[in-house]
Amino acid sequence: MQNKKRYRGQSQVYQIWYRFRHNKSAMLGLVIISLLILIAVFADVLFSYDGIAIKQNIMERLQAPSAAHPMGTDDYGRDILARVVHGSRISLGIGFGGVAIALFGGTIIGAIAGFYGGKVDMVVMRVTDIFMAIPNILMAMIIVAVAGTSAVTIAISLGIAAIPTFTRVARGAVLTVREMEYIESARAIGAKNSTIISKHILPNCFAPLLVQTTLSMAIIILSVSGLSYLGMGIKAPIPEWGSMLSASRAYLQGNSYMAIFPGLAIMLTILALNLLGDGLRDASDPKLK
Amino acid sequence: MREKEMLQTDNILEIRDLFVEYRTFDGTVKAVNGLDLSLKAGMTLGLVGETGAGKTTAGLAVMQLIQQPPGIIRGGSIYFNGENLLKKSDRQMRAVRGSRISMIFQDPMTSLNPVHSVQDQIAEVIGEHEKIKKSEAVIKAQELLEMVGIPAARSKEYPHQFSGGMKQRVVIAMALAANPNLLIADEPTTALDVTIQAQVLEMIKELRRKYSTAMLIITHDLGVVAEVCDAVSVIYAGHIVEHGTLEDVFDHNLHPYTQGLFDSLPNLQDRKVKLKPIKGLMPDPTDLPKGCVFHPRCKYSMPICETEKPARAHRTDGHYVECHLYDGGDVKKSKVRTT
Amino acid sequence: MWKFVLKRLLALIPVLFGVTLLVFLILSFAPGDPARTILGAEATEEQINHLREEMGLNDNVFVQYARYIIKGVSGDLGTSYKTRLPVVTEIVSRFPYTLRLVVVGMIIAIIIALPLGVIAGVKQNSLFDRLSMVLSLLGISLPTFWVGLLCILLFSVTLGWLPSGGNDSLKDMILPTLTISLCSLAGIARTTRSSMLEVIRADYIRTARGKGISQAKVVIRHALQNAMIPTLTVAGLQICNMIAGTVLVENIFSWPGIGRLLVTSIQERDIPLVLGCIIVFTICFTIINLVVDILYGVIDPRIKAQYKK
Repeated sequence: MQNKKRYRGQSQVYQIWYRFRHNKSAMLGLVIISLLILIAVFADVLFSYDGIAIKQNIMERLQAPSAAHPMGTDDYGRDILARVVHGSRISLGIGFGGVAIALFGGTIIGAIAGFYGGKVDMVVMRVTDIFMAIPNILMAMIIVAVAGTSAVTIAISLGIAAIPTFTRVARGAVLTVREMEYIESARAIGAKNSTIISKHILPNCFAPLLVQTTLSMAIIILSVSGLSYLGMGIKAPIPEWGSMLSASRAYLQGNSYMAIFPGLAIMLTILALNLLGDGLRDASDPKLK
Repeated sequence: MREKEMLQTDNILEIRDLFVEYRTFDGTVKAVNGLDLSLKAGMTLGLVGETGAGKTTAGLAVMQLIQQPPGIIRGGSIYFNGENLLKKSDRQMRAVRGSRISMIFQDPMTSLNPVHSVQDQIAEVIGEHEKIKKSEAVIKAQELLEMVGIPAARSKEYPHQFSGGMKQRVVIAMALAANPNLLIADEPTTALDVTIQAQVLEMIKELRRKYSTAMLIITHDLGVVAEVCDAVSVIYAGHIVEHGTLEDVFDHNLHPYTQGLFDSLPNLQDRKVKLKPIKGLMPDPTDLPKGCVFHPRCKYSMPICETEKPARAHRTDGHYVECHLYDGGDVKKSKVRTT
Repeated sequence: MWKFVLKRLLALIPVLFGVTLLVFLILSFAPGDPARTILGAEATEEQINHLREEMGLNDNVFVQYARYIIKGVSGDLGTSYKTRLPVVTEIVSRFPYTLRLVVVGMIIAIIIALPLGVIAGVKQNSLFDRLSMVLSLLGISLPTFWVGLLCILLFSVTLGWLPSGGNDSLKDMILPTLTISLCSLAGIARTTRSSMLEVIRADYIRTARGKGISQAKVVIRHALQNAMIPTLTVAGLQICNMIAGTVLVENIFSWPGIGRLLVTSIQERDIPLVLGCIIVFTICFTIINLVVDILYGVIDPRIKAQYKK
């Protein structure tokens, strides 16, 4: 009771965290994501990359799940569990990298557009409209076709493709905050524009941007696997969930397990991000509860 | 025994010992705490108190429109024409709502559905409670709109095309559409401009003369009460602290809170007199004070006030107060200003 | 109203210019030489240079783009490098397949999602609500292509009920439409629920309850129509996602639509075909957004009043 009273007086971040902590499904999402990150970080400790994850072993190809290979082996005799574990590095790596690019680029562009308004805003928004007219995955496909299919180029192209979404969110948030009275008072005491943007406006756009970050990361991770599934993303033998699923197509008859586990891994990651995003949205906008 | 006796009186509405809570994330809000209320047929009762005193919740409880969850009626009874509404099924209650009891909600700006024309919204009530065709209901709706001063030509328009005062007229027409026996009006004038307020009040008075509908007026505005009410109940933290006729409460008020309300009004005869607002704020409804809930703000607070709830003391048959100053019926006039 | 539609269609023109320019510029950096692709490995340097000249590939990118636009305005989107057929012909032959897939998928999604979301929203925290929201959360978390793969695994490989590819019979359509509708369905159901939750607390819903009308009437007549605005927005987005999703779904089920055409043309660096597909996608998105905007006006008289201005 006492505790509940106290949280209202705290900072916005603390309030969001307080409400978030009491949301079971959001915490579940956070736990899953944390576990996935741990797995990705310690993938080499769990399974050697060169020794297991990409090492072909024709003698053991297409073995159903067993104690030795809990998820079975693929058409080259590689342990699927090891590949799923190492695949988390690719997916999460590109997810974090891409979303960082989008968040950084989109927030700056959106904040400038929203803050200055007028012609700057108009030009930015028209260009954004053009980018938004092409779905993320198509945009990424086109960029990848030109720039190649390394993890870095995929992260960059998916990141660029996601910039317009962040531009919109940041601009919208800035426009709302800009009209608030404390911005007026900051202006009145003679604060510089850059100070107003960085000290007053951006912190208040924190919540919507945070929500968008989790959602965009989910979209990027889905896109990576989609691209790889089409053969336009990460190439064999690098373990990537989408390309593992693509390889499983030829073996659905009789070796269906190949099509199950990488898909489950993608689903679990996306589910966790969605839970996280939902939880953050509810926590930052309590009136919806 | 006593209950039956009282049910045979001519009270159209009788609320007894009503408790309503809202269970939210931040704690349990005790909105209505042992509320008693009685209203005679054809009369108008004013339910007066500050914002957050539980007035609206009381009105919604009568209509059984409290959002559940988080709201919950914890106890008590609400008799309407001698029948306990809280014992009625959902279906039975629907036959009462809108036809025998109707309510004018607080904010006319948001009380109308933005996607339906005003005549359709009124015709819906008529169609629901009277066995007539839709076209006839629409014609009746137009008549009602004319009655509250909205020309029939505008009846096909949508709420966003009307001003606040006009919307309130629409809301009133809607509430009257099925000739209710009891009308609950929740702050009917608060959201309106002063000039429009007067018009709406005038309209309410006229309707009362014409149809002799019993009314429960929920307001914080003593001016409105003086204008239209026969009796007054003063509510504080979800409980009635003083009840009497208009004259009792305006001229012989006893409770320090009631007196505080009057002292907060500006004095038009002598503007040099300082306003004496009640000190402090409404108590936190999730954590009400022990004893008399008003004691932290009361200038006559005594040790007993902090521990025990005061009993009811009657000045006359119809005028009572709940305050330790009048324990044992001993009205300590020396401490209380008489008017 | 027509003025509004016309205005929106006119606004499509600069977007189309922008989109084509953007894609044109990016693809101009594509590795490989279209002339060599067309002529094959045995062609001499001279032959290739001749063809490059003929195709205008030696000109500046912007000159090439201008030429493309001038022709494009008259309805000529060039010829495919690969098949040597006009891009327009290729697209016209493929588009109906995509259209069929998306329209049927959308109808399935809406028919299931709307009641699901409404009931879940009205009966908040009930078993039905919790169950359907867990399922729809799973739904939005599933990668489309995995759903397709699992569908094939279950219905084609294991049960043998439905074909895993092809485009001849109605039976061939079942799995692709099912797959494509699933994720949209989940998204629409979630939005419908959350907007119902918001609307159901509105003052005018209390007014409606105060009239003594039944819960069903309150929900259908008063709440649903108001809750439709956010739902429509999301439904529009979901159709766009579905169209984008055709690049995956059409590949999984060997469905001969635009999505698959786009993927193969990107893989083969068949630039005119890529541009053609992108243009079709962009036009589709604009039309969907326009339809959504018009429907806003049908649902909400306040928005309709704005359109008339």
